[in-house]
Amino acid sequence: MAVLLLAEVTDGVLNADATGKAVTAVKSLGDVTVLCAGGQASDAAAEAAKIDGVAKVLCAEDALYSHRLAEPTAALIVSLAGDYSHIAAPATTDAKNILPRVAALLDVMILTDVSGVVDADTFERPIYAGNAIQTVKSKDATKVMTIRVSTFDAAGSGNSAPVENISAADAPGLSEWVADHVAESDRPELTSAGIVVSGGRGVGSEEDFKLIEGLADKLGAAIGASRAAVDSGYAPNDWQVGQTGKVVAPDLYVAVGISGAIQHLAGMKDSKVIVAINKDEEAPIFQVADYGLVADLFQAVPELTDKL
Amino acid sequence: MKVLVPVKRVIDYNVKVRVKGDGTGVDLANVKMSMNPFDEIAVEEAIRLKEKGAVEEIVVVSIGVKQSQETLRTALAMGADRAILITAADDVHNDIEPLAVAKLLKAVIDEEQPGLVLCGKQAIDNDMNATGQMLSALLGWSQATFASEVAIEGDSAVVKREVDGGMQSIKVKMPAVISVDLRLNEPRYASLPNIMKAKKKPLDEKTPADYGVDVAPRLEIVKTSEPAERQAGIMVGSVEELVDKLKNEAGVI
Ligand SMILES: Cc1cc2nc3c(=O)[nH]c(=O)nc-3n(C[C@H](O)[C@H](O)[C@H](O)COP(=O)(O)OP(=O)(O)OC[C@H]3O[C@@H](n4cnc5c(N)ncnc54)[C@H](O)[C@@H]3O)c2cc1C
Ligand SMILES: Nc1ncnc2c1ncn2[C@@H]1O[C@H](COP(=O)(O)O)[C@@H](O)[C@H]1O
Repeated sequence: MAVLLLAEVTDGVLNADATGKAVTAVKSLGDVTVLCAGGQASDAAAEAAKIDGVAKVLCAEDALYSHRLAEPTAALIVSLAGDYSHIAAPATTDAKNILPRVAALLDVMILTDVSGVVDADTFERPIYAGNAIQTVKSKDATKVMTIRVSTFDAAGSGNSAPVENISAADAPGLSEWVADHVAESDRPELTSAGIVVSGGRGVGSEEDFKLIEGLADKLGAAIGASRAAVDSGYAPNDWQVGQTGKVVAPDLYVAVGISGAIQHLAGMKDSKVIVAINKDEEAPIFQVADYGLVADLFQAVPELTDKL
Repeated sequence: MKVLVPVKRVIDYNVKVRVKGDGTGVDLANVKMSMNPFDEIAVEEAIRLKEKGAVEEIVVVSIGVKQSQETLRTALAMGADRAILITAADDVHNDIEPLAVAKLLKAVIDEEQPGLVLCGKQAIDNDMNATGQMLSALLGWSQATFASEVAIEGDSAVVKREVDGGMQSIKVKMPAVISVDLRLNEPRYASLPNIMKAKKKPLDEKTPADYGVDVAPRLEIVKTSEPAERQAGIMVGSVEELVDKLKNEAGVI
């Protein structure tokens, strides 16, 4: 058995955290070959070769893969698929876009958001916003899956796996990249941060979200948000935590002015320590919080920022 | 142009899901069912394209139990023109997998020849986030997932997508499959007169056999279990106490 793992490469840079956690998830399934695809991919491939447990790295450097468009990237993976029993990737938006396409082209079912590997055919995945965990056994010849990385520890580094350059596959020519709209930030990345401070509708405005940012900066934390905060324009979409946003499991998660709807809990309830600050003592967020503080956030957050 | 919108009947997003004691699944008996929230957004987008004159006809398709026709009627009441129900299960606990759904949708599309498919990004029951991508692959079409803005420009569509780093704009050739995200629009409610009118709109009933598609699952469900429960925590009386607990008890700061 052998595993092909699509590494997360953005603008030539390897997301070592997500990729390393995915390696941990799949390494019991066979030799792991990591595929780095991108307009620039050789630096990422060299980084991936250092991840412990990686047997080999394939580097596909071609303008075709610059923006990880689904059609060419899926075609590349399908062209390599014959050698592997499992095809996997961390469950990023890129992989969620690409891997179901790969699965359909191979006529197999996709396993998305795998949170546990039981054996070569059997996997666990959350359903209903994480309110149930389903164990499924695949009957397909090739298992294609995305990995919920928040449930796995990152693999160590110190390895030096061989890197092989491979050529590009066919260009389907169905779509083209137009623009990225990405905010630059010095803050830690949300899904790999050790501490996350999230704000909800209770914060009330984009301006007052500065309170959340101030607390996050003091803690060296990443910033998250509820859907309501994003929909209201207080926070950008890539901060959304939840069933349909990002899934995080930091050491400390601070929820400020968030009620705790199941769709939000789905994205953060595996955090090690949860703090909730809410003026409503009945808010459901307190049912999952290790430490709850019933308070007006406009007083409590500045005070907390001050005392840290 | 004709637009096809697949809509799924799912447990209402407000219902707290309960895992059955014997581990065979979740309890769906007598719970409120609704249209998958993302699919409401897809239907709304199709209607707006029609109102702008970019679309002539909206066909909605649902695959599942017979009762999915209620979901189709809701879509018709919102403004879709015609519905197709493919009855593929007689028990609501029997979910049809995205691969099989995609194959059935492909068969419908081969007949209907729409220029665009607008689907939801994710069904909130199985949380798969896969059907649109699989359908696009089977058709050999382009795909634009997680759309938060859609502009049809001649024979292509420019789509702004919600991605991990922020937003990405791509241009896809039509025909295309576009899966919609939460912030694309706010779906309308159906008015009472429109609900009445929807009862007279055409709804075709089909089975997977009509399309020669095998819907047998590829994944065997071994068991369904409760997630690990969190221990109940404590309430603190002040910010000072909170800082003390985080430092000295939890040791996280
Ligand atoms: C299909 C679907 C998918 C969804 N996906 C997600 C998702 O991924 N992530 C997500 O978060 N949600 C998601 N939701 C939305 C979810 O159901 C809730 O609507 C949302 O999480 C509510 O956000 P909130 O807690 O910020 O707002 P509210 O529920 O309005 O809560 C605001 C809270 O702030 C408190 N508050 C107000 N003022 C103050 C103050 N001055 N001081 C202290 N506290 C104050 C209030 O007591 C209240 O508890 C989804 C919904 C649907 C239908
Ligand atoms: N049984 C179904 N009937 C109609 N549409 C479906 C069905 N299953 C999935 N879809 C469509 O595919 C989208 C994504 O679903 P999923 O891949 O299951 O998360 C949904 O939002 C629907 O638009």
